[in-house]
Amino acid sequence: MIVAERKTIPELVEILKPHKKILVLGCGTCVTVCLSGGEREVSIISSALRIASRVQGLSFEIDELTIERQCDNIFIEQAAEAIQRADAVLSTACGAGVQAIAERFPEKPVYAGLNTTFIGILEDRGVWTEKCAACGACILHKYGGICPVTRCAKHMLNGPCGGSREDRCEVRPDRPCAWQLIYKRLKDINQLDRLKEMEPAKNWNPSLSGGPRMLIREDHKI
Amino acid sequence: MNTNNFEPKIVAFCCHYCAYAAADLAGSGRLQYPPNIRIVRSPCTGRLEIDFFMKAFEAGADGVLVAGCEEGSCHFKEGNYLAKRRVNTTRQLLLEAGLEPERLRMVNVSAASSQKFVEYVRDMVETVTKLGPAYSKKITPKEQTGAIK
Repeated sequence: MIVAERKTIPELVEILKPHKKILVLGCGTCVTVCLSGGEREVSIISSALRIASRVQGLSFEIDELTIERQCDNIFIEQAAEAIQRADAVLSTACGAGVQAIAERFPEKPVYAGLNTTFIGILEDRGVWTEKCAACGACILHKYGGICPVTRCAKHMLNGPCGGSREDRCEVRPDRPCAWQLIYKRLKDINQLDRLKEMEPAKNWNPSLSGGPRMLIREDHKI
Repeated sequence: MNTNNFEPKIVAFCCHYCAYAAADLAGSGRLQYPPNIRIVRSPCTGRLEIDFFMKAFEAGADGVLVAGCEEGSCHFKEGNYLAKRRVNTTRQLLLEAGLEPERLRMVNVSAASSQKFVEYVRDMVETVTKLGPAYSKKITPKEQTGAIK
């Protein structure tokens, strides 16, 4: 899932200052699961903005709405009326959702209420960790399902770097060394031989370095 | 605004298993405490969400008191620990929004501690009275400093 975190209320107030009628628009998918931009968070952010507005003598009129997915036209339609009523939209979706709304309502200012952070998983209650960098050319099969591109701070494909202490990463001691995990995992599944193969330098063209990506599926086009 | 005669409005979320019973006992025992408190009974403080506190302030409360079981004796094992974290998070949010975090406080009382409950209420009322009405003055978040415990 996409993981995001809320911008601070002073930041949001600064962004929204020029406007009066504001729609705080939540998204019911990834940001709901990572507890940053779903219905409940929309309610909390809206309350905080109303309080800030009263305290600072601003005249915000905050409206709230959460739709199933902001990156999907079918669901965006459900928000059209509320968006039209507002002077500006504060979207608590990921960056894709914010842009999807902005593209469909060209005359409406649309702002991001969250900082979209990474693609990751829920590791523990209240803890999310990054697992995928969306590099566009997955090599997980070579590393026992542990991604060196994302989880090794040095992105080493022929690791380890030699700097780890015990099983901790040299760059971030609060994180495990990805190569320690890869070695252990490959040993457990009897695939240590894979480490004897040299991995050539990664082609970053399929990643963001090759410009914004697009996926076209002819079999699904109408 | 003249705050000399200021009577704060304080919402007290009380756990059914402890603070609410303590408040009841305070009544039975004829213990006096300021009438600024509006008690809302909750099945457990773990049921309380950040949104509840924010809505109380949004609706015009000058303070919110959360009263749960003593640590280690929650009827549902960990509800009061959950509430403690949520209260701390909400205090940070209040600070960001421009309200003093001291307006939100969590206390722990047992069902038998009616005297303690009364003292907590008096202390809370005193704190909020000193702070004044929630929306009487302008504070920009930049002017606010200090970490929250």
